[in-house]
Amino acid sequence: MTTTAQTYAGAAPSARGGSITRNRRKVLILSYVFLVLFVIFFLTPPLYMFITSLKTSAEISAEVSPWWVFSPTLANYIQLLTSPVYLTFFRNSILVSTFVVAITMVVSILAAFSLARMKFWGSATLATGVFLTYLIPDTLLFIPMFKTFAFLHDLTGIEFINHWWVLVIIYPTLTIPFCTWIMIGYFSSIPKELDEAALIDGASYMQLLTKIFVPVALPGIIAAAIFAFTVSWAQFLYPLAFTTSTDQLVLPVGIVTTLIKGDVFNWGQIMTGALLGAAPPLILYAFLMDYYIAGLTAGATKG
Amino acid sequence: MSVIAHADRIQAPPGAAVRRRKSFLRRRSTVAFFMALPLILIVALLVLYPASYAVYLSTLNKTMERFVGFGNFLFLFKRDSFWMVVEQSVIFAVTAVLFKAVIGLVVAHFVHNLPAKGQRKWRGMLLVPWVIPPAMSTLAWLWLFDPSYSAFNWIFAHFGIDPVPWLGNPYWARFAVILVNVWVGAPFFMIMYLAALKSVPDQLYEAAEIDGANWFQKLWYVTLPMMRNIISITVLFSLIVTFANFDIVRVLTNGGPLDQTQVFATWAFRLGIESNDIPLGASVSLFMFPVLAFAAIFILRDINRRGNEA
Repeated sequence: MTTTAQTYAGAAPSARGGSITRNRRKVLILSYVFLVLFVIFFLTPPLYMFITSLKTSAEISAEVSPWWVFSPTLANYIQLLTSPVYLTFFRNSILVSTFVVAITMVVSILAAFSLARMKFWGSATLATGVFLTYLIPDTLLFIPMFKTFAFLHDLTGIEFINHWWVLVIIYPTLTIPFCTWIMIGYFSSIPKELDEAALIDGASYMQLLTKIFVPVALPGIIAAAIFAFTVSWAQFLYPLAFTTSTDQLVLPVGIVTTLIKGDVFNWGQIMTGALLGAAPPLILYAFLMDYYIAGLTAGATKG
Repeated sequence: MSVIAHADRIQAPPGAAVRRRKSFLRRRSTVAFFMALPLILIVALLVLYPASYAVYLSTLNKTMERFVGFGNFLFLFKRDSFWMVVEQSVIFAVTAVLFKAVIGLVVAHFVHNLPAKGQRKWRGMLLVPWVIPPAMSTLAWLWLFDPSYSAFNWIFAHFGIDPVPWLGNPYWARFAVILVNVWVGAPFFMIMYLAALKSVPDQLYEAAEIDGANWFQKLWYVTLPMMRNIISITVLFSLIVTFANFDIVRVLTNGGPLDQTQVFATWAFRLGIESNDIPLGASVSLFMFPVLAFAAIFILRDINRRGNEA
């Protein structure tokens, strides 16, 4: 069918049926060509990270093609994965992200259930307000927060600045508004008959939430948790402003501030550190891509 | 749910039932309020309070002992470096958002053209820049732009093109910062627009085709009007995020050369945290607020309109 259409179209381009098939083929080929170009553009930096991470310092400064590894080595990986400093960054990142995801999920599931289903005075305004808070950027809040923590230190004697756990207090401001917002969307889509039935059976609101809403909206909860994890893993400004000692830093800041020091950049190690730092969200994404995309699009489409 | 276990509840006298329903209603909203309380506290203490505290801080002098009113703002207005930051922030945000939206739309169309079962893996590859933490991927760009070992310049040398001073020259540095921002943000637009494209009914395109519309007319009269909502929301949203961007500029150029790539966020960090002039830093960061409010009003209007339709 396609071959006849092709030859027919080649002989008489004006023929209607033939030109549509030919156009479709042309569009398809064109799409593949441009997609390959865009994929090259989008994947060059991570690939180049990987290429550099396999090189020795000698090869990096040698006069050979930077786009190829001539004598691959895992030395950079071994060095970093046995370096106590780098492992501390990793541990801090894991601790902060885990706590933040846990806090975010508890707070936003409770709040979303309350705002989507139970309603109270001002709950509709609050739901919109939550979305608006999501729009207030971290770059507007870090200076007053910095000052507030200094003030709280004077007041209570607890040192907030330069401890990794201060990030656990701050990061939820980045994750909770958006997670609550998408959870409201997921919870609202659950049919009302379901909770009426459960309430008639004598379920309490807490049971309604844990036995019906959470299981039914599980895909949404996973999407929100992935979002919270990605955001807290990638956050850069707050740790840069609030933590300084090497043992309190999280990965992104740790790599930027400790591996880049002085005039001699060890690019092999920097790229390895950056790649390992990007690995957890990338692995999560590789396995849970659909949830990831659902979370991304939910904010705009469910609104 | 266990019906039998709670069957005794149904057999209550009618008067008690009314009373119970009243307290039940009261309890319902009380329970709801307590469930939302952690959220309210976090938003109030860690977002609204700091935001209003920033306004107060911006009216103090450097040592934070004296009230100076609009003094900090007047001081900023007189400085050339402030206007340079305004200019750079606007150029940066507008150009980057424009290119992100256009590239996102184009790539979304290309993916949408593919047969349905092949789309997944292309989409998967194209979203990678959005998944990598920006501070990490910007390091890769920093290395690609390295003054002596730039891998791009190595390719250019093979075509006889002179090495490009990616981060050394103010204009190239501005270009580089925008390029990296587009690279990070375009996949997000692509995913959003792809989702929107899938929701446009095929019949509309068939009807347009029968009417003899060419591809541009189909795009202009069918696709774009159908996607209007999602386009406006993504553009406004991205405008806020890009205008407040910190990571990329900080890692790539740290504001240099000669403060030519400094944006509001990085400059506020330089003044407020690094130079220890908290009130001045707070004043600078507050200049992000008008853009934010502008975008927020439009997004809110859009949400309300859609809320009414539903």
